[in-house]
Amino acid sequence: MRRMPGMITCQELDAFICDYLDGSLPPRQLKIFERHLKLCEACRAYLHGYRLTIALEKRLLATPEAPPPADVPEDLIKAILAARLVNL
Amino acid sequence: MIRIGHKGLNVQADDSEQTLLEQLRSGSESAAEQIVREHISWMRGLALRIVSDGDTADDVVQDTFINAFRHIDKFKGNASLKTWLHRIVVNTALMRLRKTKRLKEQSIDDLQTEYAPQGHRLNPPTSLSATPGEILEQADLRASVLMAISQLPEAYRIVLQLRDIEELSTSEVASALQISEANVKVRLHRGRTALKTLLEPVFKDGL
Repeated sequence: MRRMPGMITCQELDAFICDYLDGSLPPRQLKIFERHLKLCEACRAYLHGYRLTIALEKRLLATPEAPPPADVPEDLIKAILAARLVNL
Repeated sequence: MIRIGHKGLNVQADDSEQTLLEQLRSGSESAAEQIVREHISWMRGLALRIVSDGDTADDVVQDTFINAFRHIDKFKGNASLKTWLHRIVVNTALMRLRKTKRLKEQSIDDLQTEYAPQGHRLNPPTSLSATPGEILEQADLRASVLMAISQLPEAYRIVLQLRDIEELSTSEVASALQISEANVKVRLHRGRTALKTLLEPVFKDGL
């Protein structure tokens, strides 16, 4: 989207995107950011993809809610403790 | 001081954990065993989620503990032991994934958004309505996402991990990595943008 009076460009919007998602944009900048979003379909699509990326990253790399179903093999615990002694 | 973060990952080491760590540093075998038994279940679950193979996940867990025990003096207790171990599991598993798939780190510069001189986007993205759940339901897409993450250069991946997964603040990440807050923000945005670019085929083809 091209620059118009009182508007930011797509490139300028990207510079504020982290602060926007953190909720740390000051009110005036937030207003300008949201005005651009309202008018720019490409930036709305970009923001959706950006949010999706963060959500996928979190889903895959956060600590699992539940441990795996199988019991932890004693052999594995013993191997870890033995390896620790070797590496001391 | 306690900082409550995502799923409690950012809680600082408490007194009983500090005592256990002191015993470990003094060479206590029982302290090591207690730590292994306390953390091994969730670590296997996390590793399995990333490498998708039980034996490899167990190798990752073993390497993580060996690494952690070897470098226990570097653990200062600014975060909980769980947070520290979580970080090592993720790194070890992603490194393993990258090695197994023979992938290389991607140049971050090639994956940034391109703009016209007037500042508007070149190649505007397609509108999508996909949710993370819909993408992750498909096992092959899940693997593609993990491979994309594993290809990010370490300097960017660690910022994504600290900010997006462990939910540390910008100033906390700056302090942990000894870089400026402005640099944290730049790396975070460039890292997320690079990952988004790597994932665009997943977003389009998978849905």
